Amino acid sequence: MSAAVQNPEAAGQPLLSVRGVKTYYGNIIALKGIDIDVNEGEIVTLIGANGAGKSTLMMTIFGNPRAREGTITYAGRDITRLPTHEIARLNIAQSPEGRRIFPRMTVYENLQMGAAINKFAWFEQDLERVTTMFPRLKERLHQRGGTLSGGEQQMLAIARALMSRPKLLLLDEPSLGLAPLVVKQIFDVIRELNTKDGMTIFLVEQNAYHALKLAHRAYVMVTGAITLSGTGRELLEDPQVQAAYLEGGR
Amino acid sequence: MEVFAQQLINGLTLGSIYGLIAIGYTMVFGIIGMVNFAHGDVFMVSAFIAMIFFLLLTTWLGIASIALALLLVLVLAMLMTALWGWTLERLAYRPLRGSFRLAPMISAIGVAIFLANFVQVSQGARNKAVPPIVTDVIVLFERNGYAVALSYKQIIIMSVTAVLLTAFWFVVTRTSLGRAQRACEQDRKMAALLGIDVDRTISLTFVLGAALAAVAGTMFFLYYGVVGFTDGFIPGVKAFTAAVLGGIGSLPGAVLGGLIIGLVETFWSAYFSIEYKDVAAFSILAIVLIFMPSGILGRPEVEKV
Repeated sequence: MSAAVQNPEAAGQPLLSVRGVKTYYGNIIALKGIDIDVNEGEIVTLIGANGAGKSTLMMTIFGNPRAREGTITYAGRDITRLPTHEIARLNIAQSPEGRRIFPRMTVYENLQMGAAINKFAWFEQDLERVTTMFPRLKERLHQRGGTLSGGEQQMLAIARALMSRPKLLLLDEPSLGLAPLVVKQIFDVIRELNTKDGMTIFLVEQNAYHALKLAHRAYVMVTGAITLSGTGRELLEDPQVQAAYLEGGR
Repeated sequence: MEVFAQQLINGLTLGSIYGLIAIGYTMVFGIIGMVNFAHGDVFMVSAFIAMIFFLLLTTWLGIASIALALLLVLVLAMLMTALWGWTLERLAYRPLRGSFRLAPMISAIGVAIFLANFVQVSQGARNKAVPPIVTDVIVLFERNGYAVALSYKQIIIMSVTAVLLTAFWFVVTRTSLGRAQRACEQDRKMAALLGIDVDRTISLTFVLGAALAAVAGTMFFLYYGVVGFTDGFIPGVKAFTAAVLGGIGSLPGAVLGGLIIGLVETFWSAYFSIEYKDVAAFSILAIVLIFMPSGILGRPEVEKV
């Protein structure tokens, strides 16, 4: 694990760089030219309403759907045209929208799937680590994924993503539909991953208040375009953001 | 009682063959939601491959030990048929992935026609027969002048099936290849996000299915000693029926379905009429599907998310 980078500005070239990306579903444009940077050691969050295109961006980074225009660079390498599984093998992990737990595999097998890209080199160690992080998973280890509650599935999705020891972790709405206590637990884990392990995190959230408090930098997406960006604190205090995403929403 | 015992043995033997073919249907359906109508003909091709290698090994190379020859034939038929399975997936199904749902099925029907005609042209339209290969039998018991016999062939077929199914079960449930395969079956998009090469996994599914069909083909050749270019159709349809009966997508279901179809068919032939044995097998399917629409071991459509 790389050491934590305390000052994101010092980290030179961005780890992930999205430039002018346009994505279409058929003839309908979903992303209208997105520019986003994620520097090493940062937590960057992307907030926006339902249907703004946040999840589409997360999946476009993984090449499914593929960006029709623009480039996506990861660690200095153009990954725009790489197949999804090869992007994953570059040590980017995603906990996707809807969690996508394998329902007929046990929790243990789901975690094994997460560790597949590095040939289970640190499996036992990492299993210990994620089950310490989420003790509920330890109790449920040999239960099928489909029988878990929503919160447990969310923990499993994050844990599975961590099993590959990612350099960059993409989290799509980890707080969706969860009880406030579980939300707090999950946000604590995200913060810890960043501060203790120096993991770079790109977080998509509707829970704007928590996300902005946590993030170093943030972007606001409205119907497929980035309308605002700044540090988490700046956006938290921005009147537009407050009106649209924070009013009564905390 | 004697007739019953004898038919039980015969039925289980036939059912093993159906079960082996049915796995290929059920696995491919599970992973890409397609009924591979060419699978029965892949089985037929494998029976021909087995026969050709058997003749090559025993007459040309003069291998005297039948056991050794059969073992080699089994391995070679599995390899060659697996290659067929891989090639067919590459040429006929993969280019149609992402196309509309029926496209690969129509393509599969085309492949079935192609394989049957290819074998007809290259091997001739007549059934090919070899002298009975293993003829020894063990008489289990004899009563009222009726001997209940278990032939060596039947022992070979049932034990080879059992061993290979166990090996296959191990691959699917315990290895990372099998895990990747199940992951692609449950959520292809997520599997790719975890670094699984989905196309390669689908190829491997066809390879595994074809290899098991080759085991069935070799056993079919060993059991009957006669192979013809039309032999893919009926066993193919029966095995498909077995897969649906057991619950398509379920591996134990495929084997169970195969055994049931094999047993129903044999018992019907013995006690009622041999002409209507296919009617009996398909009637069982219809009856089971009315009361259990997802098959005996199939999972219901609804699942907690």
